[in-house]
Amino acid sequence: MKNQIRQIFHSPKFKVGFVIFAALLLLTFFYPLIVTDDPLEMVGQGNFFKPGTYISVTEAVNTDPYTLNMNTSSGRMEKNLSMEERMAMADWLGQFAGLSPKEMDVTDADGLVSLWKEHYDSSSEQKGLIAARKKYFSRLDKKITGLLEDRDILLAEKNKETGELSVKETIPSTSYVNVSDVGSRRVFILGTDNFGRDVLTELVAAIKTSLKIGFIAGLIATTIGLSLGLIAGYLGGFIDDLILFITNLFTVIPSFILLILISYSIGKNARGVMMVAIIIGLTSWTWTTRSVRSQVISLRNRDHVNLSKLSGHSLFRIILTDILPYIASYVVMALILQISSGILAEAQLSMIGLGPATTTVSTLGLMMNWAMSYSAHLNGDWWAYFPVIISIALISFSLNLMNTGLDQIFNPQLRE
Amino acid sequence: MNEEKKSKQNIACLSGTGVTKIFGMGKEKTVAVDHVDFQFREGEIVSIVGESGSGKTTLTKMLLGLISVTEGEICFQGKPRDIKGYWKKKEYWKGIQAIFQDPFSSFNVFYKIDQVLLDCIKMRGGTRLSYEKKVELMTEACSFVNLKFEELTNKYPFELSGGQMQRLMIARIFLLKPAILLADEPTSMIDACSRATILDMLLKLRDETNMTIIFITHDIGLAFYISDSIYIMEHGKFVESGPAESVILNPQAVYTKRLINDVPKIHEEWDLSTV
Repeated sequence: MKNQIRQIFHSPKFKVGFVIFAALLLLTFFYPLIVTDDPLEMVGQGNFFKPGTYISVTEAVNTDPYTLNMNTSSGRMEKNLSMEERMAMADWLGQFAGLSPKEMDVTDADGLVSLWKEHYDSSSEQKGLIAARKKYFSRLDKKITGLLEDRDILLAEKNKETGELSVKETIPSTSYVNVSDVGSRRVFILGTDNFGRDVLTELVAAIKTSLKIGFIAGLIATTIGLSLGLIAGYLGGFIDDLILFITNLFTVIPSFILLILISYSIGKNARGVMMVAIIIGLTSWTWTTRSVRSQVISLRNRDHVNLSKLSGHSLFRIILTDILPYIASYVVMALILQISSGILAEAQLSMIGLGPATTTVSTLGLMMNWAMSYSAHLNGDWWAYFPVIISIALISFSLNLMNTGLDQIFNPQLRE
Repeated sequence: MNEEKKSKQNIACLSGTGVTKIFGMGKEKTVAVDHVDFQFREGEIVSIVGESGSGKTTLTKMLLGLISVTEGEICFQGKPRDIKGYWKKKEYWKGIQAIFQDPFSSFNVFYKIDQVLLDCIKMRGGTRLSYEKKVELMTEACSFVNLKFEELTNKYPFELSGGQMQRLMIARIFLLKPAILLADEPTSMIDACSRATILDMLLKLRDETNMTIIFITHDIGLAFYISDSIYIMEHGKFVESGPAESVILNPQAVYTKRLINDVPKIHEEWDLSTV
C-alpha cells in the first residue's frame, strides 16, 4: 500500500495533475480567510467594471496633493483624441500642408498635434472641401487648443441661503494624490460582473461550489455504479440480465437529455446546488456499472474466489474482501473521471439555464450563464467569462491528468 | 463390473450417475462433461487423467459445488447431494475441499497468510479458541508440510515461492481434514523437486486421516505412481476406468494407449507419430 502510494507520486503526470488540483483546492480554502467579503455582495452599480484599482473621487479631492512637474497634456491627448479624429487630421495635413504619410504617425497623438498646430490655418482656401467639413476641422482645432491649455479645476461650494456658488479650492493640473493616501479604495483584480460583484472573489466561491457538486455527483454515480456492477458481475444469471437491461436502457438514452428533462421537471424552486449534484450523479452511473461488471466477471472465476467460497465465506464478505480490493484502483480512477465529468455537466446544465436556480450561490456554470446572458462575450468584457473557462479547464485537466497517471501505474501494459 | 466391485469394497463416499455439464445454448452449446458415471471409495486415491480441454476442471468444479450440474445426480456419502443455500454449502465444504492448480492465484494478495489458516480454524468451529491455541494449531499444520510458521506469519502470499504456497495449501487441508480432497493438477505449476515433496505430503495426509484424494492430472505416469484407480477422460467422457494396474498395464481404449505412448521415456526414442 505504502509502496503503491510512493509509486503513484513518482508518476510525473499524476504529480502535475495533483499539484494543479491541490493548488485550486487550497485557493478555495485560504482565499476566503484573506478576503472576507461576501463573494456575492453587489459592490458595483452597473455591469462589468474593468479590472483595476478603484478609489473614491471625493476622497481623492480632499486628500493632500503633491505637486509633480509632469506634463499631463500628453496623457490627455492620447485619451481624448479618437482614432477617427486623428485619421481626419492626417488626411488634412496630407492634402493641404503637403506632408507625406511617412512623417505622420496616427498612434503618436502628441507628434500629430504638434504638426497640426504648425500647419493648420482655418483661413486657408482648402480646395475641394465642403463647408461642413471645413467647420468640422475648425471645431477640431478648437478642441485641440482647449486640450493643450493647462486648465485648473475649480471646486465650488453652494451657499445654503443664497444658492450662490463660491470658489472653495483650485486644483492645478500639476497636483497628484498618492493612491495609498486615499482610504476608500477597492481592487478588482478581475473586475466586476453583470451584478457588480467582484469576479475574483465570486470565482473562488464558484470553484468551491463546483468542486462540491462534482464530488457529490461523482460519489453518487460511483456508489450506484459500483454496487450494481458488483452485484451483476458476481451473481450473474437473471439478476445480471436485469441490471444489464436497466443499464443499457440508461446508456441508450443520452444522459445529458435525461439530465435536462429531470432538472426541467423538478421545477425551479427545488433546483438547488445539492439537487443538481444529485441529478447529475443519478444520470451518470451507467458506464461505471458496465466496466465494474466486466472486471468482476473476469475476477469471479479466479481461484482465490473459489478458495474463499470453499472456506465458507458469505457472499457479502467475498465481494468485499476478494473482489473489491482487486478493482479498488480502477474504482478510484472511475471516481476521478466522474468528478471531472460532474463538474462539466453542471457547467453545461447551467449554461443552458437549467443549473441551480439561485443567485445566492455561484457556480462555474452559473457565472458563465450570467456573463453570457449579459453579452459579456460580445462586448469584450473578457474578465467576466475567461477566468471561469480557465478554471473549468484547469480542474478537468488536472483530474484527467491524475487519472492517466494512475492508469499508467495500475495498468502496466500501457507503460512505455 | 461396477456392481461386483461395490460388493467387495466399502460404500462409495462420492458417486455420480449421468453427470453432465453444458455451457451455452443453441448453436454455441458446448458439452464439457458428457454423462459420466463414477464411484470414489473412502480412503482411495483416484486419478482423473485427460488432456487439456477434456473437462477435468469442469468436473472438479461440479464435484465441489462451485458450478451447477446440468443433468445427472451426485451422491455424497451415500445420500443424494443437497447443497441448496449458503448453510448447506458450508456444511458440504467441511467434507470436501480442494487444492487448485495455480498457487499464485489461489491466495487473496491483500491479506496476510495467517488469515487463510485462521479461516480454516474458524470453519472447524475453533472461533472461540484462545489466540495461543490457534497459533499452536497453525504451527502444527505448517510443520506438517515442513514450513515454519514463525517465518510465515505476517507475510503476504506474494512474498512466498510457488512451492511454499502450494505446501501452505496442503497445511490448510491438514487443518480442515475433509473427507474428500480434490487436487486439481496441484503440481503442474511447480518445479520437479518440489513436485515430489508435494506428492509425498498428499500421501502422508491420506495415511494420517484416511482421506479420499481425487487427483486431477494430465500426467498419466504420475497418476500410475500414486493412484489406486484411474479414470481416463476424453472430450467429457470417461473412456476407461478401473484399478491403476489394469488400466496402465493393459489398456483397452485407443486414447489410453496414446496417452501412455506420449509419456516421454529417457532410454527410448520418443514416438511422435501418435501426436
